[in-house]
Amino acid sequence: MLLIRCPWCGDRPEIEFRQCGEAGIARPADPMAVSDEDWVAFLYLRSNTRGRYHERWRHVHGCQRFFNAVRDTVTDRFEHTS
Amino acid sequence: MTRFSSLSLAREALRGHTGWDQQWRSPERPAAEYDVVIIGGGGHGLATAYYLAKEHGIRRVAVLDKGWIGGGNTGRNTTIIRSNYLFPESAALYDHAVKLWEGLSSELNYNVMFSPRGVMMLAHTVHDAQSVRRHVHANRLAGVDNEWLTAEQAQEYCPPLDISPDARYPVCGAALQRRGGTARHDAVAWGFARAASAMGVDIVQDCEVTGIDRDAAGAVSGVQTTRGAVRTRRVGVVAAGNTSPIMAMAGVRMPLESFPLQALVSEPVKPVFPCVVMSNTVHGYISQSDKGELVIGAGTDQYPSYSQTGGLYILQHAIEAICELFPLFRRMSMLRSWGGIVDVTPDRSPILGTTPVPGLFVNCGWGTGGFKATPGSGHLFAHSVARGEPHPVNAPFSLDRFTKGRLIDEAAAAAVAH
Repeated sequence: MLLIRCPWCGDRPEIEFRQCGEAGIARPADPMAVSDEDWVAFLYLRSNTRGRYHERWRHVHGCQRFFNAVRDTVTDRFEHTS
Repeated sequence: MTRFSSLSLAREALRGHTGWDQQWRSPERPAAEYDVVIIGGGGHGLATAYYLAKEHGIRRVAVLDKGWIGGGNTGRNTTIIRSNYLFPESAALYDHAVKLWEGLSSELNYNVMFSPRGVMMLAHTVHDAQSVRRHVHANRLAGVDNEWLTAEQAQEYCPPLDISPDARYPVCGAALQRRGGTARHDAVAWGFARAASAMGVDIVQDCEVTGIDRDAAGAVSGVQTTRGAVRTRRVGVVAAGNTSPIMAMAGVRMPLESFPLQALVSEPVKPVFPCVVMSNTVHGYISQSDKGELVIGAGTDQYPSYSQTGGLYILQHAIEAICELFPLFRRMSMLRSWGGIVDVTPDRSPILGTTPVPGLFVNCGWGTGGFKATPGSGHLFAHSVARGEPHPVNAPFSLDRFTKGRLIDEAAAAAVAH
């Protein structure tokens, strides 16, 4: 189990958190205006990086706040959370 | 290559087993040029190479693996084989594989120990029972065997099952696919490797692909590896959890996320468990290997990872469910656990076919259930690579289904990864 540092609550066990996918994927402001390809990119395409990965987590069984994290997906070690 | 037969076995028994040769050639480095390069030497990749050589006459094929063959998810699963998927496209895809499993040992002249001992999926709630029966009906319409059993019938088929009404997870019935079962994972990789190598396929291990070359028109022209460059016009990526990083070498972003999927085995015991039992609701699945170990599968971890390991609490959750269903296993010791890295698509159906890059083909997204498809996946992917277009069975599993909106949503059908 990972030990994850919530920026507001400190170090907590992984079971208090929910992984919320890759960071930096912004929903198009006007979905009707985007092409099918751009919509697919938003909905489905992910970097799925092997190595340093930017992702979102949520302290769902704690303060319930979202935060950003940088984690190495080979070692599962967190570089930082903010 | 010596053909296995009772005669050759008897001869070697008398000679003290000194006359067996290496079962497949393993060149130190790839040749300068191939007709097709397969990236990934797991069961799917080796099966692809085998069917390319056998059914399409393409024998100048290399299978490159960064580690050793069968060392990834082929050796890190629970070896369950079944085809009782909800949607007709999926049922056709997985049943294509089951039909090949049935004749595979004699086809490859290698005992893959396919054991159609039956796969039972339990229903614990009224909703489960409705959903499972819907699967049974859908399967029968699609020509796939599946039948509904009452709790008593389920226990008759699988005596260790606890069907008492006061159980923590009461069993109200089950679906049984009798043609489903298990096979020996290593033998599948070795059998395909041996048969492919005999037809001229080069299997190069410890050879990591570091780049995909493209010509001025954007088409594939070769691959760069840690053991030299290779020229080729066709590349098939069959790299499971590592598909995204490899496709990124060709500039293709994939609808995939890679998660750890764990499983574990117990100490070996005498035969006590006659079939495969799965429960989607409590999310555990169990069978007994021919060695006597109980093989227990868990769900995926929640975060993308390439670590080939996962959280212990995921395994605990699976074991708790198994012990509730089968109280007789409560005092057994677990020997070892492992994690594979599974590439999961948004609709939990695989991607099998062409890509926007000419000459680049991809076979991925099998998620938590790729082993069962091994021969079918290789057979269909070989067709796609050889002809440059998908076989009718894998045509619905194209990469562009996400753009077209024609998802095959087995995620919603099963409500779990599977």
